[in-house]
Amino acid sequence: MTATPVSPSEPELGRARKRKEDARLVTGRTRWTDNMAPPGTVHLAVLRSPVAHAGISSIDTSEARRMSGVHAVVTGADIAQRQGSLPCAWPVTEDMKAPDAPAMAVESVNFAGEAVAMVAARSAAEARDALDAIDVDYEDLDVVLDIESAARDDSPLVHEELGTNRNATWTFDSVEAGTGGDVERTLRDAEVRVDRTFRQQRLIPAFMEPRSVLVDPTGEQYTVWSATQVPHILRTMIAMTLGTPEHKVRVIAPDVGGGFGGKLQVTPEEVLTFLMAEQLGRPVKWTESRSETMISGHHGRDQVQRLSLAARSDGTVTGLKVDLLADMGAYLRLVSPGVPILGALMFNSIYKFDAYRFTCTNVFTNKTPTDAYRGAGRPEATFAIERMMDELAAELDMDPMEVRRKNWIGHEEFPFDTIAGLTYDSGNYEAATDRALEMFGYQQLRDEQVQRRQRGDTVQLGIGISTFTEMCGLAPSRVLGSLSYGAGGWEHSQVRVLPTGKVEVVTGTSPHGQSHVTAWSQIVSDRLGVPFEDIEVLHGDTQSSPRGLDTYGSRSLAVGGIAAVQASDKVVDKAGKIAAHMLECAEQDLEFTEGRFAVRGTDKGVGITDVALAAFTAHDLPEGVEPNLDAEASYDPENFSFPHGTHLCAVEVDTETGGVRIRSYVCVDDVGSVVNPLIVEGQVHGGLAQGIAQALYEEAVYDDDGTLTTATFADYLVPSAMDLPEFRTDRTETEATSNPLGVKGVGEAGTIASTPAVVNAVVDAIRHYGVTDVRMPCSPQRVWRALSEARSSSATAESGGGLGPSDSDGGLTTGGDR
Amino acid sequence: MPRITVDVDGTTYTDEVQPRTLLVQYLREQLGKVGTVVGCDTSNCGACTVHMDGQSVKSCSVLAVQADGHEVTTVEALSQEGRLHPLQRAFHDNHALQCGFCTPGMIMQALDLLAENPEPDDEQIREGLEGNLCRCTGYQNIVRAVRDASEQMRPGAGPAMERSGETPAPRASAERADTRVTGGQ
Repeated sequence: MTATPVSPSEPELGRARKRKEDARLVTGRTRWTDNMAPPGTVHLAVLRSPVAHAGISSIDTSEARRMSGVHAVVTGADIAQRQGSLPCAWPVTEDMKAPDAPAMAVESVNFAGEAVAMVAARSAAEARDALDAIDVDYEDLDVVLDIESAARDDSPLVHEELGTNRNATWTFDSVEAGTGGDVERTLRDAEVRVDRTFRQQRLIPAFMEPRSVLVDPTGEQYTVWSATQVPHILRTMIAMTLGTPEHKVRVIAPDVGGGFGGKLQVTPEEVLTFLMAEQLGRPVKWTESRSETMISGHHGRDQVQRLSLAARSDGTVTGLKVDLLADMGAYLRLVSPGVPILGALMFNSIYKFDAYRFTCTNVFTNKTPTDAYRGAGRPEATFAIERMMDELAAELDMDPMEVRRKNWIGHEEFPFDTIAGLTYDSGNYEAATDRALEMFGYQQLRDEQVQRRQRGDTVQLGIGISTFTEMCGLAPSRVLGSLSYGAGGWEHSQVRVLPTGKVEVVTGTSPHGQSHVTAWSQIVSDRLGVPFEDIEVLHGDTQSSPRGLDTYGSRSLAVGGIAAVQASDKVVDKAGKIAAHMLECAEQDLEFTEGRFAVRGTDKGVGITDVALAAFTAHDLPEGVEPNLDAEASYDPENFSFPHGTHLCAVEVDTETGGVRIRSYVCVDDVGSVVNPLIVEGQVHGGLAQGIAQALYEEAVYDDDGTLTTATFADYLVPSAMDLPEFRTDRTETEATSNPLGVKGVGEAGTIASTPAVVNAVVDAIRHYGVTDVRMPCSPQRVWRALSEARSSSATAESGGGLGPSDSDGGLTTGGDR
Repeated sequence: MPRITVDVDGTTYTDEVQPRTLLVQYLREQLGKVGTVVGCDTSNCGACTVHMDGQSVKSCSVLAVQADGHEVTTVEALSQEGRLHPLQRAFHDNHALQCGFCTPGMIMQALDLLAENPEPDDEQIREGLEGNLCRCTGYQNIVRAVRDASEQMRPGAGPAMERSGETPAPRASAERADTRVTGGQ
């Protein structure tokens, strides 16, 4: 028989199919977790610590217990023996210090927002009323908030019992890894050396659907509905954390309203809701308020990055040293310690140089725990290296695009072994860049920039470049093993052709806006030659989709999609055996096209629908072939995939107000082969919005006592339609060579690439005033202060004295390492 | 407890509600109208936008008792007999949603925007949607969808025509009251 793939007359792959998912969502016929309430459901509310660091001396729940409608009031002490410790699946070093992370505080609280008690009541309102009647006595402890102070030996401790706030130090050195030379010598011998410190501000994932959990303990098993990205991991972790047998837990992620890494967790509230349902023996539901998610859902980024870059005077980069402090917050969550390590593999980005060392120290503070947020480690790395390329260009008075061209991996050099130990399978940075420059009108904008500078306009123009690659298809299991991650990176799929020829595709990935149903239908349609409309995709329920590792890190298509390809191919293989039997010919005489097995050179044939019926009736199957036309596959990727692209941003900076306006944004992304261009474009747009938001708008800010002062959407500036420009996007397509579809992944690209493009543009607009950095988010105040400080220091330099800047918020740097 | 009578999506309901019950809570919890959702507790995100007497309101900022005697329209009333409203169709056609959580509020707000200004330019669309947050799309396709719908719906379309997308009858005036969508009638 001819091997798959088949090629229907109009292939589904690459077709801009409108989504199957939409009809329900635009009409409000949705299944968010909070919509559901089986009969007898009681509502859970969680009392949260108002203080960042304190001992708990007493909790009085007597009044709350007596209130109307209250079923139970539970403190951390009540469940101390039962609740276990929330899992951290990524012990990055053998000596990593991981404190107990109870779902509910028992003796002390370590960040403001930590759960200290919970109430189950008839209604959510009654449960919240009862929280007010709980009286907690706190004994204040020293609060540690600043990451650099926390890392010092003389710092007060977040977890006294650990004896330090540094929980792990992880190093990659190109000498030890055998991938390159000695970075210290390279820096010492460098003709040019650039040192900078960048801050990755703390961000909040801010998915639109607040988290919600419903646990129904009635029946033969616990049924858990949760607004989660990771139903399969959650099921296993409930078993590991609480000792409830895994086969007695069914987790369902119904409609899930966004995640961005923010729902990649086993949350305290999932554990607490489970324990309350277990105790009461009836369904329990918890749905958070927005402020709760802001203070207690995990945050992202929050790193201090010190970089030293060595180069020759012609712009050739020779080495890079990265020293990084990463804020874990008060506890380690599922993958917190590994997030900066993902960045370690990508600081070199698309560039080749001789020596590299990365050292990361993970630090505890009395703040909300951090964990993966869109891009997870890679946006931080890309930001840093792209800012450094601009700083090097400025140092050498070269065009920043020329510096990049001089250093990147040429198209002819792939596959390329990077200094960080990865193998990039394919890429064409030249093609994406040339296309982006053409769309952008680079030279005209540069000319206008010169004119504006010469005229001394109050509004100055800046151009920002970001050429990048990222790492999708997380991840080959052996690589995760080498990085000490606690699980593999395979994905599972089952394809079932039903007796009528309709198809069910089961995937272990779990979408929350990424359009899996549509994309998987397209993939399997081509593979089996059945119509797109005849395919249903089942996901997000551990009963119907028993195996999987869920959705994060742009892994769904490049890993889960390939599992669906493999399962489909097995189905075709099995169908071929049955078809040959039906047609009384040898299997190798068959060819399979557009859903039909034909005997080569004859008009005899049979459709896969008829084969499915024959496999179902099983009246006359060939020897050794089992009834039913279905197959499953678990796929472990052989390599990551490496999407890349070039993003260009033009901003106008008002030098009198500090206001920044994005004038144009152009990006050309290369995500390999494209299953559905509509979906790809949508993912890019959303990613751009999040990356631009980091550059210009968003920051989680704490006051000196450790209270989050940006705990609502009034204070935490998720951009609105008015805050974002019209994006101009295009693609080049360089197929991945590591998987049969040639796909690479797209979910994180926009976020990763856009932040440095925008900040490079902002700095570029005002560099001629002496500004060399603006700390993110580049708010009007920060930009204005950067300008003001630069102007006053140049005035000071000229006059040999005078007043310095009156106010330094730490939000700006005006040259060199601080 | 106060007693209220509200017309929601064409059905009249008389209910007792707590004085503090928000309209969105009443819709979701007492009437089972779960197509309207809650994204924040500060009236910033707009996910709970519905129409009251034809004008968009954030239903988390209206008490259920304030809806007494009024007509409320939710996203669930827009499509009829399986046919999508032109705005719903436009969101689908333009890939203007991903997770879909903000979508009902976004569509209800866009409907109000188009009632007020049937031919908005992109800037006016962005301004009209400023009170509705989306975290997935970056807004560009939402703007496209609203522009697309504005062309489909044609200026002057009456409420029933707006809903069905059929050829509209000429409308006497562009006053907001004429453009309201009343569900189920």
